[in-house]
Amino acid sequence: MDQLLTISFYGTAIALIAVGLYAVLAKKNLLKIVIGLSIIDGGLHLLFVAIGYVKGGTAPIFSPEITSNDVMVDPVPQALVLTAIVIGFAVTAVALSLVIRLYRHHNTASIDQIKNLKW
Amino acid sequence: MIKKVLVIALIAVIGFSLMNVMLQIPFGEKRETVGDYYLQKSPQELKVANSVTAIVVSFRGFDTLGEVTVLFLAAMSLASIMYRRKRKGDIEIRAKKPSSRILQVGAQIIFPMVVVLGAYVFIHGHLTPGGGFQGGAIIATASLLMLITYRKFKVNHNTITWIESIAGIVFVGIGMTGLLKGLTFLQNFLELGELNSLLSGGIIGIIYVAVGFKVAAELTGVIDTVLLNNRPDNNDNN
Repeated sequence: MDQLLTISFYGTAIALIAVGLYAVLAKKNLLKIVIGLSIIDGGLHLLFVAIGYVKGGTAPIFSPEITSNDVMVDPVPQALVLTAIVIGFAVTAVALSLVIRLYRHHNTASIDQIKNLKW
Repeated sequence: MIKKVLVIALIAVIGFSLMNVMLQIPFGEKRETVGDYYLQKSPQELKVANSVTAIVVSFRGFDTLGEVTVLFLAAMSLASIMYRRKRKGDIEIRAKKPSSRILQVGAQIIFPMVVVLGAYVFIHGHLTPGGGFQGGAIIATASLLMLITYRKFKVNHNTITWIESIAGIVFVGIGMTGLLKGLTFLQNFLELGELNSLLSGGIIGIIYVAVGFKVAAELTGVIDTVLLNNRPDNNDNN
């Protein structure tokens, strides 16, 4: 049972990362590549939070109902993910604006037709 | 075709090795980490109920200052990438058709509620799940609703810049006040109050309110820049 939980939680996160990586490496459309980057982000966040989980743990918030016997999950990965989400937003926003700019210039979002990207 | 096969093979190798590494880490097991230290310190010494907030704003406050700077940088670079010179005859209307009556009336009702919810989330950042970034994002959603509903709804970029600057100055100013009082940068210098009351945690609440205003203003600016400068009708190379 424990092994199954481990595999399912970590496996989902790694599957998301793999899907995103496939989109980044194999897709031709720039927008799809940016979406792939976002999916990799999501998978990484899931992986972080899954590592910080403690069995039977509650959210790390000391509301009045919490007693000293309660187990809490690790707050450090959650704080890191909070930072990572914001940085992911910034990366996605700048990447999308670059895509819009390229589309305006070349009238296409396909990386096969944008020749000056090649070297 | 051969490229796709290669890519799939590469991803399979990466996924397999990642999974192998991750299986070494037992899932859901209690570990002795720095998190225990934070969990112990945040209710006792900082009087902050939400430990994640305590970590983000107090223990790693300097890092959050950098994070806010990255967000500011993204907003600035987005504006400079998307910038296009205004021409004669450019009308600042986003959609060709006005939105439906239902959307217009509904947006009027929902907009103030969403703003209040966002303010609630960032004011109670040290007590409940949420905080400055989340509350700011909620408020930016409200302005996105107004921008897509009303064709002539304008965002005043001067106001946005002012809110952003003042919020940033408040954040850095609080940190510097700690230095002036002989403590370290971003160390608490106010009274701590009682655990689980609104006025607890000293400077953490004030910093998260400032972050909330800053994030709300920046995200609204980002949305407005993208919507305004993205008219597909003229395909000039500028």
